Amino acid sequence: MSAVARFLTRRQHEGPGRGRARRWSVADVLTYGYLIAGVLVMFGPVAWLVLSSFKTQANLLEFPPTLLPLAQDTAVVDGHPEPLPLFDVVQDDGSTVRLAQVRRIGLVAQMVDPVNPDEVLRVPIERRTPVRNFRLATENYIESFGRFNFATYLRNSVIVTIGATLITLIINSMAAFALSKYRFRGRNAIFLVIIATLMIPISVILVPVYLVITQVGWINSLWGVIIPGAATPTGVFLLRQYMLTIPDELLDSGRIDGASEWRIYWQIVLPLAAPALAVLAIFSVMWRWNDFLWPLIVLTRSEFFTLQVGLNAFQGELNVQWHYVLAMTVLTLLPITVVFSLLQRFITTGIASTGVKG
Amino acid sequence: MAGTPNAFQRANALVGRATQRVYALTMNAFGLVMEPAQKLLGVRRMAYLFVLPNLLVFGIFILFPMLLNVYFAMTEGGNLFPQDRPFVGAANFERLYTCTDYGDPNTCLEDRFWRAARNTGVFVFFQVSGMVLVSLITSMVLNRKIVARGFFRSVYFYPVLLSPVVVALIWKWILQRDGVLNAILIALGLDPINFMLDGTWAMTWVILVSIWAHMGFYTLILLAGLQSIPNELYDAGAIDGTSTLQAFRHITLPLLMPTMMVVLVLSLIRAVQMFDEVFVLTGGGPGSATMLMVQYIYMTGFGTQNPRFGMAAAASVTLGAVLLVATLIQLRLGQGSERHLA
Repeated sequence: MSAVARFLTRRQHEGPGRGRARRWSVADVLTYGYLIAGVLVMFGPVAWLVLSSFKTQANLLEFPPTLLPLAQDTAVVDGHPEPLPLFDVVQDDGSTVRLAQVRRIGLVAQMVDPVNPDEVLRVPIERRTPVRNFRLATENYIESFGRFNFATYLRNSVIVTIGATLITLIINSMAAFALSKYRFRGRNAIFLVIIATLMIPISVILVPVYLVITQVGWINSLWGVIIPGAATPTGVFLLRQYMLTIPDELLDSGRIDGASEWRIYWQIVLPLAAPALAVLAIFSVMWRWNDFLWPLIVLTRSEFFTLQVGLNAFQGELNVQWHYVLAMTVLTLLPITVVFSLLQRFITTGIASTGVKG
Repeated sequence: MAGTPNAFQRANALVGRATQRVYALTMNAFGLVMEPAQKLLGVRRMAYLFVLPNLLVFGIFILFPMLLNVYFAMTEGGNLFPQDRPFVGAANFERLYTCTDYGDPNTCLEDRFWRAARNTGVFVFFQVSGMVLVSLITSMVLNRKIVARGFFRSVYFYPVLLSPVVVALIWKWILQRDGVLNAILIALGLDPINFMLDGTWAMTWVILVSIWAHMGFYTLILLAGLQSIPNELYDAGAIDGTSTLQAFRHITLPLLMPTMMVVLVLSLIRAVQMFDEVFVLTGGGPGSATMLMVQYIYMTGFGTQNPRFGMAAAASVTLGAVLLVATLIQLRLGQGSERHLA
């Protein structure tokens, strides 16, 4: 325990055996207070979502809510095909016995002793308290897969994310290659136009893009979601800046060896631009997985919904079935969380150095 | 670690080789088109072929729609196709901007537009100032000599990656009438509040939730800015006997200013475009208390039985003009801070 405490109170540049530790200043206390409050505020809501998603429907409806997922214990009793819920019942003499409830009629419950199931006891309901224990209601997850086309939405989201990311990487890197490694008429004009639209969001041109999509026939098609965002100005800009640092001599030596321009592009330039491509790939996955407004407009039939649109559709239903919505929300944030925990350092430094984001 | 590779390493190598094989095959397949094209065009004109796919998508889905949007704004009716839409000139804009009293949305012909504009104004003001303040404090805390900086940095950054729909659902669940926040209020001896039925509370939470979701991004940018301030300056200040507060005012703040402006403008641009989180969290309600500009555009053009595309386009031209001004400011400022922003 003391080792843990020492670790937790340790500060940078201060290890065991390096002399007497500096005393904690007010600023240190404030700093760590702020950081710990930050952990609670940032992770707390997500943790609460995950805890709630494992609660049974009955447990979710309780107010005030329980911290941990609790479910009522049940017992299989002879003569009853279904497992019966267990209660602790206070008897007349003040002692407590554990009984199973057969049915409830108004203010009276019919209960049986699981050991002696023949004798039915009548108990006023205020005398009984449910026997509850910690249990994860994994059925929320299993059932939500079967209902609401969850599997279809998941598939659509995966297709959109992977397809769009691959297309984005290929066409953006081709354009960046041309813009960084060739001199041609119109190069600066093209680059300027791309930069100028860096900040124009799709929300500003919603109506005309919708018209174009309709003309092409991509309403209710995943192509309509994938293609319009594929020519990201951000991606072209990012890759061009990176490719400018690749020495032209490498390309020339490829040409001397008789390689075609296409081969130079995919065998020399792309492998060297791998770090920038990786950053763009991560961004693209983030953008596409989380995209909402555009799929909401293009996809109107539920068999084409992506996860985000599908999730929004259920939570908007009149009777929100929170036990399913919460489970699906957790499943939706899971892939991003896994990717983030694996590539955390990479993502944060990538964003800090480029300043782009979805 | 050396020696015979274990199963994981073998599988890894296998996947690596397979990926390379697929990559080479795909690229060679494209080469069947690109290599004859080079013979036809010559080396120098290959550049056009390389930019072509991106330029096509860009032109069809971004550039052309941008121009078309202006035309849409000058036509009316519920037909989507331009040839079926009567040209009305500036009528949509006139209707949009007609108010007897600009201070009161109810006196405007298009009262929902003005309500959305006012909501967006309130939202942008409080969200951006809150965002800059919170990210500044957080980045300064993270810049101190602390244990596990990487961990704390990713804690603040984590919500940035969550989808807006997920963010909204997390908070909707917390803020609902029988939610955990009201349980905490009751436990503290306070009255529960139905946050989503009160316009002011709904707007407050919309602002707080969007700060919660995005502050990690701006914190990272500010942290990068702080770390680029040379330590020698502080050491020199310490020799001269400057207090912490003085050091902040005279060293940190002036040197961080370019980064601060970038954060300010970026968060401004994003706040003006806010839609997803708010739409899922409140649906613009109660009433239209949290309806923002992009939601007005969406509702006018798509979320209704008789869409008014002309009106939606006119509103988005207005929004685009606002964003353009913000972008121009950013480009001006960006010249001074290229180290932090690409």
